[in-house]
Amino acid sequence: MSEQDTDQGKRQFLVAATSVAGGVAAGAAAVPFVASMMPSERAKAAGAPVEVDLSTLAPGERVTVEWQGKPVWIVRRTKEMLDTIRANDGQVADPKSQKKMQPAYATNEMRAIKEEFLVVVGICTHLGCSPVGKFAKQAETFDPNWQGGFYCPCHGSLFDLAGRVYKNKPAPDNLVVPPHKYLSDTRIVIGEDTKGA
Amino acid sequence: MASAPKEPVQFSGAGPLNAPISGVLTWVDQRFPLMSIWRDHLSQYYAPKNFNFWYFFGGLAMLVLVIQIVTGIFLVMHYKPSAAEAFASVEYIMRDVPAGWFIRYMHSTGASAFFIVVYLHMFRGLLYGSYRQPRELIWIFGMLIYLCLMAEAFFGYLLPWGQMSFWGAQVIINLFDALPLIGPDLSTWIRGDFVISDATLNRFFAFHVIAIPLVLLGLVAAHILALHEVGSNNPDGVEIKQHKDAKGIPLDGIPFHPYYTVKDLVGVVVFLFLFFGVVFFMPEMGGYFLEFNNFIPADALKTPPHIAPVWYFTPYYSILRAITEDFMLVLAIGVAAYSLLIWLTARNQLVKMAALAIGLVVIVLMKGGPLAIEAKVWGVAMMGAATLIFFLLPWLDRSPVKSIRYKGPLFKAALTIFVIVFLVLGYYGTQTVTPAGTVISQIGTLIYFSFFLLMPWYSAMDKTKPVPDRVTM
Repeated sequence: MSEQDTDQGKRQFLVAATSVAGGVAAGAAAVPFVASMMPSERAKAAGAPVEVDLSTLAPGERVTVEWQGKPVWIVRRTKEMLDTIRANDGQVADPKSQKKMQPAYATNEMRAIKEEFLVVVGICTHLGCSPVGKFAKQAETFDPNWQGGFYCPCHGSLFDLAGRVYKNKPAPDNLVVPPHKYLSDTRIVIGEDTKGA
Repeated sequence: MASAPKEPVQFSGAGPLNAPISGVLTWVDQRFPLMSIWRDHLSQYYAPKNFNFWYFFGGLAMLVLVIQIVTGIFLVMHYKPSAAEAFASVEYIMRDVPAGWFIRYMHSTGASAFFIVVYLHMFRGLLYGSYRQPRELIWIFGMLIYLCLMAEAFFGYLLPWGQMSFWGAQVIINLFDALPLIGPDLSTWIRGDFVISDATLNRFFAFHVIAIPLVLLGLVAAHILALHEVGSNNPDGVEIKQHKDAKGIPLDGIPFHPYYTVKDLVGVVVFLFLFFGVVFFMPEMGGYFLEFNNFIPADALKTPPHIAPVWYFTPYYSILRAITEDFMLVLAIGVAAYSLLIWLTARNQLVKMAALAIGLVVIVLMKGGPLAIEAKVWGVAMMGAATLIFFLLPWLDRSPVKSIRYKGPLFKAALTIFVIVFLVLGYYGTQTVTPAGTVISQIGTLIYFSFFLLMPWYSAMDKTKPVPDRVTM
């Protein structure tokens, strides 16, 4: 067949159609590989609720428990700590907890069901480091007028004892309050809450 | 050169090979372009005769790549990529595997050596304008190699499953979390879990030992093929191909082999002295090559009191940390000033309008109240931009000359300040956050970007010296 006999329009159409079909097939072939990198069924099934006994936790102390592979802190706040939090509204970015970083039942001044116990996920909302507890009121390198709270060693974000982030810090949001509920006065379960609460 | 006739096989500088070898080579050559590859890339690749100290580092980067691949293969024979066993298997390599410590220290020192050599290689490019036309693609392939190297180092750093491995990966993966809309799903997809876990370790192992190395080797081949296509630049930044002898050989060119292979061997010997000095006497390099916290097994509940990336990432890490909410106003003013500068100096109306429009959008996204994106996302974006902006160098440099030898005081000052700022940012990236450190990092960030973004103006304004016709020695 000589060059003149070639139907150029048909040839272009066939090349384009073959390219499109091949491209679609290549895209479809990528699906199982991309999907294989999603969390497996086993990973999704992990993360059962965790029960914690609070009776041994002394005032002013913190206990760390693991929930869904993340640290959850429970701090038993003293009256003095609570007063400090109240006085701290001007320092923090979201004093009224307007952003949804907590369940409805913890959307209050102390970000807790019971004022005494702070329950938060100990993961900085900036890039996921676990901040360090700096509960003492004393001059620190990061803040000469430190009122006590949490300091993130990675990028210097500061949180008060209600897990509220200080203004002008890399972290954009307050620490997350996980779903939790009280089974009794001294027993708490993390990862589960009462419906409608 | 490509159509060179098949001559009797002969290595340049040596006499004819003895008959049996010559016979074998001829047999191969009739079936595979062995001798033409040898000629095109070594014995008849003509490189400028005035290469200096700075030209050692490309070859040394190849050497370190070989060291990393060879030591890596032997490490994989003993390493276990599982969260339960990884840390212990590295200690097993260090204590029980014969010469395991030696191979592992070569690999860990090799990682830092790779970045030292590559940073010096890139600096050579900045000095002599090696990224300029017609070598833009060499520069782009080189930048892609640099990005691959960063990915390779990042994936590899998780494998020992120490505290720094874990928390370093946590921070970097969470960078993706900051992206609007797709962020959280993307970071979950990267981890293969909701937290860094066994699944993450396994896939990072796959990326580190096979995926990235394959890409890296392909890019190195492309980098060298592109280089040998256009020919090497040199400290004078003049094209040696403009003056050829009757045979078409550049007058200022010498065959890469044996001249530069022998010269590079001297560099290799000196490099290996230094390299093994570190391997044998200070493999941790005071915590810079191997961080002390990484000798503690990964603990998902506790971040080490001071975490910093390995030194080669710290300039970018400083930029990430510098972007705070109160710095956004300064950045927005910077963007406004830059848009205005383009508006005032551009000749093309379309460019003027685009500069204003893009500037306006960026300012709104930075400081536009409800429309503004939070500082965290901008930190990630600026860090990404700081690595990617190198790609634009071939088009940002408007100087009529390539080499620093003939550039004027403006460019020399800019490059000097840039290097100092890069080092200062690198230093603060290793330190804990202090108010002073943050301000210095913020100033550093502005200067870092100014070096690139203002280059079209200061490089064009600069007083250059006349460039010689031929290379000087």
